Amino acid sequence: MIHNYTKREDLVNFLKGKSVEVRKEIIKLVVTAGGGHVGGGLSMTEILLAMYYHVLNIDPKNPKKEDRDRFILSKGHGGVGICPVLADVGYYDHCMMDDFNQYLSPFGMHPDMHKVPGIDMSTGSLGHGLPISVGLALGARLKKASWRTYCLLGDGECNEGTVWEAAMAGAHFKLGNLTAILDRNRLMLDGPVNEIMEIDPIEDKWKAFGWDVRIIDGHDYNQLIDTFESLPPISSQKPVCVICNTTKGKGVSYMENQTKWHYGGLDEATEKQACDDIDKICLP
Amino acid sequence: MAGGLAYTTDDLNDLTQAQIFGKVLMDLGSQHPEIVALSADLAKSTKVGDFFAKFPERSFNFGIAEQNMIGAAAGLALAGFKPYAATFGCFASMRACEQVRTDLCYPKLNVKIIGTHAGLSMGNGGTTHHATEDIGIFRTFANMTVMVPADGLETAKVISASIDHDGPMYIRVGRGFEPPAYDSLDYDFTIGKAIEMRPGADATVIACGMCVLQAMEAAEDFAEDDGPDIRVINIHTVKPIDKEAIIKAAEETGVIITAEEHNIIGGLGSAVAEILAEAGFAGSVKFKRVGIPDVFSVIGYPEDLYAHYKIDQAGIYDSICDLMGLEKKERDDEH
Repeated sequence: MIHNYTKREDLVNFLKGKSVEVRKEIIKLVVTAGGGHVGGGLSMTEILLAMYYHVLNIDPKNPKKEDRDRFILSKGHGGVGICPVLADVGYYDHCMMDDFNQYLSPFGMHPDMHKVPGIDMSTGSLGHGLPISVGLALGARLKKASWRTYCLLGDGECNEGTVWEAAMAGAHFKLGNLTAILDRNRLMLDGPVNEIMEIDPIEDKWKAFGWDVRIIDGHDYNQLIDTFESLPPISSQKPVCVICNTTKGKGVSYMENQTKWHYGGLDEATEKQACDDIDKICLP
Repeated sequence: MAGGLAYTTDDLNDLTQAQIFGKVLMDLGSQHPEIVALSADLAKSTKVGDFFAKFPERSFNFGIAEQNMIGAAAGLALAGFKPYAATFGCFASMRACEQVRTDLCYPKLNVKIIGTHAGLSMGNGGTTHHATEDIGIFRTFANMTVMVPADGLETAKVISASIDHDGPMYIRVGRGFEPPAYDSLDYDFTIGKAIEMRPGADATVIACGMCVLQAMEAAEDFAEDDGPDIRVINIHTVKPIDKEAIIKAAEETGVIITAEEHNIIGGLGSAVAEILAEAGFAGSVKFKRVGIPDVFSVIGYPEDLYAHYKIDQAGIYDSICDLMGLEKKERDDEH
């Protein structure tokens, strides 16, 4: 963990403050980039902050630490959402992102593991992260290592067949050290997930594939922390899928639950309104 | 050659290419605990099953899910292992194409892919099981090394050399019943360094895989008849390719024929053409690509198909005649 809070209440208040800072930075990065995956970036802010500040065993000063927990951002278009969090916990300075998505920037739309410290695997094409995570978890077990592998998936991403190839393998290989996290924001590029390609009953699907399933509010820090603190031991023989119900565009009134804000650009007025909204909606 | 690997020239006569791969990988596994082997329900066919039997804890079968296998290979490489993933060449290059490019080549991970039953070697398995585009596909991926050993012995050399090679590698092997192109274990093998199998001053056949032996035999045909003196170069590494050997052959012989068990588009022939054109040989060198002429293959035993597409001894011989304006020799058998 990257904090010294001993009381849960203090930690949650700290993280809620961070939610505001990170969301505003996402807006800033989208402006810098001239456009970005703002909706899905904003839906996973609490998940990422809970993971990087509290759940993951990491050392931002030593990003390749051998026994670190691995975090694979399978929804690689969440680059704009994860990069400010990595800066915030200390992998690099926030000013490193001043040229976000610009010519020769280390920060592209989809994060590159060789250019962005803290990124464990380059991602961007959907459906790739969970198979990779299965390999990581197999490797950790073969090494008798205690680290865990976490894989953050989008819900639209669950249309990809490889998600289910990997889900099958995760259960088959009894990977108790593997945790999938589903950012269930219910929208994909073309529209609502249940209209474009229904994934429900998503809980039943993961269960049928042999995973333990938890369903929580992905914006509620107490639920996030409780869930990840109470994961079964890595020897549990069963991977866990944490379905996080979230709101796409969370924090910005005109973006919330709006398909069109899957990807977009902001002018001065929409940027200001976004930041004002984030202050209002997200403050503790 | 890495020390301690147990195989002999007898093995080369008795074992198929895939069997030699399986045996050498199993031997390497004893020396290298970081090797893990992956299969997608083809452990028996690809002979990676030998490793599976000896090192079950380091072996993973992903079922019929090649994309997942390659993704997991990336994860195992990230965890510090050296994965060897074996499947048929067609599935490695096409079903798992994006995983190879994006999960292995882009982050430059240490994963070796063994594509067995490549080319036309599945014979009457037909187009679905032929890999005649794999060299072309993998050649275009940055960071990728593409190996096409000529026979079982060279397969053993490639597998042995691969363990110290940093980055992704595709190793293309046949089904196996190809006769050996080498009669001795005693030759220097370096990734990226072509091997002159036979000297010659009048024309050069640049070949890879099973075509190497066919080219050598075609060259012998000419030698027996006091015909032109044909050089044969074995390009076991199609990428990075040995430009020097190709340019030298063009300068010294002026006639270049490429021979490969692959579509003439995108593979060895294309790679050689690129080098010749950029080196200024366009117009000054006679050049022909021999391979599958951009069609989906017909059905037949591999030997029938090699003859059909003129990548066998007689076919290569005839192509040399065509290019050099020589009279073809009469043959008893139909080609």
